[in-house]
Amino acid sequence: MYGWLWRHLPGSTPVRVAILVVLAAAVLAACFTWLFPAIAPLMPFNDTTVGAR
Amino acid sequence: MTAPARVGLPRHGRPARRTSTGSVALAGLGVVGELLITAGVLLLAFLVWQLWWTDVEGNRAQAEIVRNLDWAQAPTAAPSAAPTPGATAGPVIAAPRRDQDPPVEAEPGLLATFATLQVPRWDGEPQRPVSEGVDKATVLDALGIGHYPGTAMPGAIGNFAMAGHRTTYAKPFNRVAELQVGDPIVVRTESTWYVYRVTSTEIVRPQDVAVIAPVPGKPGVAPTERSITLTTCHPMFSARQRFIVHGVLDYWAPVSDGVPAEIAGGA
Repeated sequence: MYGWLWRHLPGSTPVRVAILVVLAAAVLAACFTWLFPAIAPLMPFNDTTVGAR
Repeated sequence: MTAPARVGLPRHGRPARRTSTGSVALAGLGVVGELLITAGVLLLAFLVWQLWWTDVEGNRAQAEIVRNLDWAQAPTAAPSAAPTPGATAGPVIAAPRRDQDPPVEAEPGLLATFATLQVPRWDGEPQRPVSEGVDKATVLDALGIGHYPGTAMPGAIGNFAMAGHRTTYAKPFNRVAELQVGDPIVVRTESTWYVYRVTSTEIVRPQDVAVIAPVPGKPGVAPTERSITLTTCHPMFSARQRFIVHGVLDYWAPVSDGVPAEIAGGA
């Protein structure tokens, strides 16, 4: 998977590393912004109230 | 072609077909492995987000909320107006009022921030906003401490009940277990300070709503005391139980009189 990605990236090794770093940062930012806030309510450790929910 | 055999090619003349299914299986296994590693990294990232980043964002957001309450700044801008030059520096201490009933505000609409909360025992904690509602997504995660709708307002006879995160989302009630009987809990609205004192703490099941009844623990009984109740999760990082703090009003004071002695030392 990552080997395939590496072979299909253009440029020299430093350029490919830079592209991968940018890609990883983008994935992480997307997770922090959208994915994690969306799944956090499903986690079982954030309930603080008493009563029906 | 007489090129030298590449590493990895079958030796001993194995049938080419069998080798290719084998390498496909190996490649598939490699992909599965990479996916598992990726899932592990994402899980780690989620923990970083939940345990650290929500605190960063929450503290920033809650400080901003308090800053935007134009009344919430500690009224220390008055010392220059103090007519007594020999007076000690620092904020004016408000005299405790117990002579008459404290003023009680009307309950605001959902999401409205109507009070702030300070606990001197939690030294270093900022002044936290208190907003109407206990919905997780819109109040507890976004605004901080939430007031159970329908419970008493600050100073009123009944039970002023609030919920807050003990971990994550700026964790306003993180240090709730440090509270001891007699500790002050200082609530401020636009016009009034309300100084409560802790009377007891307990650990209950999540469905034990009696803790936020007008008389804590005795649903249906008509209240005569001005109580306060904090609810948060217990144990930390779990939703199995709830940690409850009860208190009663000690005194109140108009904001225009100064600052309660309980919080004048710090801040």
